[in-house]
Amino acid sequence: MEKVKLLKIYRKMLEIRRFEEKLYSLFLTGIVPGTMHQYIGQEAIAVGVCENLRENDYITTTHRGHGHYLAKGAPLKELMAELFAKKTGCCRGMGGSMHIAKLSSGILGGGGIVGAGIPIACGAALSAKIRKKGQIVACFFGDGAVNTGAFHEGVNLAAVWKLPIIFVCENNLYAFSTPIKEAVAIENIAERARGYGIPGIAVNGNDVLEVYEIAYQAIKKAREGRGPTLIECKTYRYKGHARFDPGTYRPREEVEEWLRKDPLVLYQRKLIEMGIIDEKKSEEIEQEVRKSIEEAIKFAKASPEPDIKNSLEYVYA
Amino acid sequence: MPEIKQIDTIAEALREALREEMQRDPAVILLGEDIGEFGGAFQVTRGLIKEFGKERVRNTPISETAIIGTAIGAALTGMRPVAEIQYADFLTCCMDQIVNQAAKIRLMTGGQAKVPIVIRAQVGSATRGAQHGQSVEAWFMHTPGLKVAVPSTPYEAKGLLKMAIRDDNPVMFFEHKLLYGSRSPGGKLKGTEGAVTTVKPAPYEEYTIPFGKADVKKEGKDVTVVATLLMVHKALRVAERLEKEEGISVEVIDPCTLVPLDEETILNSVKKTGRLVVISEDCTRGGVGSEIAAIVAEKALDFLDAPIKRVGALNTPIPFAPNVEKHVIPSEERIFLAIKEVLSS
Ligand SMILES: Cc1ncc(C[n+]2csc(CCOP(=O)(O)OP(=O)(O)O)c2C)c(N)n1
Ligand SMILES: [Mg+2]
Repeated sequence: MEKVKLLKIYRKMLEIRRFEEKLYSLFLTGIVPGTMHQYIGQEAIAVGVCENLRENDYITTTHRGHGHYLAKGAPLKELMAELFAKKTGCCRGMGGSMHIAKLSSGILGGGGIVGAGIPIACGAALSAKIRKKGQIVACFFGDGAVNTGAFHEGVNLAAVWKLPIIFVCENNLYAFSTPIKEAVAIENIAERARGYGIPGIAVNGNDVLEVYEIAYQAIKKAREGRGPTLIECKTYRYKGHARFDPGTYRPREEVEEWLRKDPLVLYQRKLIEMGIIDEKKSEEIEQEVRKSIEEAIKFAKASPEPDIKNSLEYVYA
Repeated sequence: MPEIKQIDTIAEALREALREEMQRDPAVILLGEDIGEFGGAFQVTRGLIKEFGKERVRNTPISETAIIGTAIGAALTGMRPVAEIQYADFLTCCMDQIVNQAAKIRLMTGGQAKVPIVIRAQVGSATRGAQHGQSVEAWFMHTPGLKVAVPSTPYEAKGLLKMAIRDDNPVMFFEHKLLYGSRSPGGKLKGTEGAVTTVKPAPYEEYTIPFGKADVKKEGKDVTVVATLLMVHKALRVAERLEKEEGISVEVIDPCTLVPLDEETILNSVKKTGRLVVISEDCTRGGVGSEIAAIVAEKALDFLDAPIKRVGALNTPIPFAPNVEKHVIPSEERIFLAIKEVLSS
């Protein structure tokens, strides 16, 4: 992989990490309303997959959507403004953290209903297939979503119709407080793919280059009209499930073990070993990222609230 | 520490109802997401898994259809399941099991089968956006075969839930997310325009509340206000203000159950006051208020001195931005103005 690309991946992962960290501290001050689900710890997946996507490819995300949005390359300041519930937000302040979308960047939307994005992603893939523009869809969801009917119906349909889609399951071992072992009776969610007649692969979701490589193959296959792939990325959620959840139901040793496998630290170490990055370069990127986040906060703070009249005119009926 | 003689939060009242019924009847089991060790997203089932074990307190995968379907199957064969759907918004995911199965099985089997299930879910808007804040009671009022309960205080929460569990029919049991922590008497209702109002505590002793019996939360003679869930508290606050500032006497009625509905109490009140305002948090069109208004128009038109007024959410999905959300959900100001309007004609 070229040096520029390797650096771009690093920058993106760092951007997501710093964005989420900053957001958390803003939340504690009460300036950001509502609730939120953070992506910290899973950055390698969104970035590893989205770095393979073209601008006109599509993604669907989930309730935990900040990382996917940034990885797909949509404007950071509009995400910040959305979380501040401002008129300049990507969804004009109407969606909020759980419902992140930016249609012009191919981000079809996240959502508060677990699993609901999966058949919607299949629909976008059907459209891509019919319109023959060579687009593909990356459909992101969590380990909890694989137990919804929407998952089974969607994946089956995509398999039967050979749709240009990849299913990316981010298995962070928990659905809210529920450990995966209480919800799924098999070792790897990837095994389920066989039941639909598509390939399923389990990867280390904390290794961005591994995710990148596997996604590259699956996306190529999808683009060539050879049907979908289910990629299960093993990872971990560093924070609690949502804003007020300290996540104390997880054993401390387990959390510590995963903290030692931090995708950002692992990748940074690798780049240093490869001689791509040194302390100075890494500090430079750090400063750039922090600056863009600070600017986004300024932008969000200065933006107006949505006006009530317009806000009531979005629905037709 | 002094001995606790009463329960002053709805979360605790519901927990006590579940505990008492599980102790009384081994057929009562619980199903739902995160209801085990974690104790539920709103902590209603906290501690119950320790007391009753994993066999009876079943933490489920994210599979709403399976939760309700399983509850129905268990109910058909002798159990009394209480299912928790984490947010009422997700009831859409298991709508077939509720509407086409649970509600219809008794009729379709010519009365052979009964489906004694309770489906608990919390409603109400609280800056979580369009998919975590709907009030969906009216969908189920519209479905024959389902009972619908809407407790507004700890007292009703406990008594109605115990009654619901003993009922042989499917019951939709709606709780309000902002009322769980409400303390009483005179305690604070968390997060609700700084509301402070009297909330009826629940005693620890055994009691049930029959369905179809409204509770007159405040007697009055000038205007009847029918309100549910959080709106009961907003209505009481407005009533207090109107009384103090303008000497207007407001009667506030809490139906407690929407199906069956205590028409008699509402009609008698309207016959006395001649004026009616109905307040509910669901969107106004085809909503809870529409049904109650229609009943009163049909049965007590001659007694009305002014047109009926509904106060509900505006007809839009709930927006995230708090300034717009506040505008969409019925506020005390809107309730105040509605009552004044009904009184001025
Ligand atoms: C249909 C539905 N059921 C339940 C929920 C409540 N809920 C929101 S996120 C979540 C856990 C999701 O777990 P997973 O899919 O693994 O994603 P993660 O949060 O781990 O990213 C639950 C239970 C929901 N939003 N939608
Ligand atoms: Mg998960």
